[in-house]
Amino acid sequence: MANATQTKDQPTVRAARRGLSEGWFAWMLIAPALLFIAVIVAWPLLETIRLSFTDADMNSENWVGFANYEKMLQGAKFLEIIGRTFFWMVLSVGLKLIVGLIGATLLNAAIPGRALFRMMIMPPWVIPIAIGCIGWLWLYNGQFGFASGMAQRLGIIDGPFEFLAYKNSAFYAAIITDVWVGTPMVSLFFLAAMQGVSRDLYEAAWVDGAGRWYRFRRITIPQIMPVIVSMALLSAIWTFNSFEIIWIFTQGGPRGGTTTMIIDTYKTAIGNFKFGEGSARAVMIVLILGVFSLLYLKVLDRVNKHYGVK
Amino acid sequence: MLIDRYSWPQKLALYAAMAVFLTFILLPFLEMFRTSLSPMSHLFHAPYEIWSDKFSFDAYFAMWKKVPLLGRYIWNSIFIASAVTALTMIFVIPAAYAYARLDFPLKNLSLGVFLSVNMFTGAVLLIPLYRVMNTLGLLNTYWSMIVPGVAFLIPTGIWLLRSYLEKIPRELEEAAFMDGASRLYTLRRVVLPLAVPGIMVVGVSVFIGAYAQQYLFAITFNQVAELQPLPAGLNQFIGYQTVEWNQMMAAALTGVLPVMIVFLFLQKYLVAGLTAGAIKE
Repeated sequence: MANATQTKDQPTVRAARRGLSEGWFAWMLIAPALLFIAVIVAWPLLETIRLSFTDADMNSENWVGFANYEKMLQGAKFLEIIGRTFFWMVLSVGLKLIVGLIGATLLNAAIPGRALFRMMIMPPWVIPIAIGCIGWLWLYNGQFGFASGMAQRLGIIDGPFEFLAYKNSAFYAAIITDVWVGTPMVSLFFLAAMQGVSRDLYEAAWVDGAGRWYRFRRITIPQIMPVIVSMALLSAIWTFNSFEIIWIFTQGGPRGGTTTMIIDTYKTAIGNFKFGEGSARAVMIVLILGVFSLLYLKVLDRVNKHYGVK
Repeated sequence: MLIDRYSWPQKLALYAAMAVFLTFILLPFLEMFRTSLSPMSHLFHAPYEIWSDKFSFDAYFAMWKKVPLLGRYIWNSIFIASAVTALTMIFVIPAAYAYARLDFPLKNLSLGVFLSVNMFTGAVLLIPLYRVMNTLGLLNTYWSMIVPGVAFLIPTGIWLLRSYLEKIPRELEEAAFMDGASRLYTLRRVVLPLAVPGIMVVGVSVFIGAYAQQYLFAITFNQVAELQPLPAGLNQFIGYQTVEWNQMMAAALTGVLPVMIVFLFLQKYLVAGLTAGAIKE
């Protein structure tokens, strides 16, 4: 793309832009956003860290050092909750990526009705999550819901089955709903990335006799890999902290079967008014996600290099 | 074109797969719609029947009487999401431009700070956030639901818009700058008009985020019934004795309908905008 004039001009422009004035201008532009975040996110975060070293409740607040952390780490349940949270995240994100990729591929296929199909995947994404949950809640209802009713009609189960009343079924029911909420966005981002892939690549491969599956594997996937990888990270963080679905379905029950770290934190802090212990759990979430993201960004960097993205 | 041609078994497979995929996506809505049509007596009726001749739209009329503020809740949801979107974009546009185009000290570090906000949701910071809202005197106002929404959407907004702006050719800006236009003028008169499609796309994504996630802040920071958004207002269909499921479903579907219709038609621009942002130079 570069032509002679551009290459000649660019160093001059660069030179004019460097220096104090550009730095100040840039900081003026980001300052409002940064200040806003400082007040609404950073300060509460520092406050959370401080509270995690106290026994704060509704009335009093005393410094207790690492007592909250010790208590939390010694609790038999805590490791189990961390494990469950990672299982929740990996399974749900994995499914979102797979279903999203399949969905995007279908929506990208040149078949009549495509425009209509693309519209029809929007609803779960654009409605309030809490409202989608109400629909699923009724679907999972054992006595009168669709899932149990259909399973009985088809002879899969004998009597009513209350999906949200048992540890495992409640967990997987929540996973399915979480995947349902997350899939449209993943699909649309993948679809957008697929449409950005140059047609020349496909045509060249086609002329050489490459079939659809080969083209998908060797062109589509590598080309959209950077989008897949960054979407996976964003999705992982959101899923890790996914709150509303589990809260509305089971509030972490039955018998703790759907208690993830965020639910545990909320229950401890808001449910039992143990602000100190709740804050220690919130800090743990931040630490775990921080380490996870750093590791992940290392991987992202490598993937981008491998696929030749700057 | 020939490359796009499918044999008929392939077509059949594609449509079948699409049908399965869309059933998964739309099933809860169909179930909500079926429930909204059923009289209460029919709802609590086993065995399960998909279709019934007792279906009626009665719930769609009764719901306005049962919860007189329903119209207000629907409006509140849209109003809160719109206000969040407008405010977020005011913060996002200049910042995204700075990250896309300018070189400045601590650039990567400050961008990292923004992105790390993604690691928190409101639920993690709820206790101190409640105190901040209290200190600022915002509890039980629209602001208590708008302000946290904006804070948690700014980072994604910056991230999305930045990658869009990076794709706009630099030549025009540089020409304006060489002609002696000030930086702010260049931003306002050269960059902004070029970035309109990208700004629209990011605005739409922010609105969706704001509309989808207002439940938690609403139930925690606001107790004024007149100000509640739809997801929180639906609780009023849950009575001491019975839950008016059919009216609740009718209200939920009616409430999201206006936004849904708008987005069905915006979807095309959304994908086009995301694509434009994804094309490499």
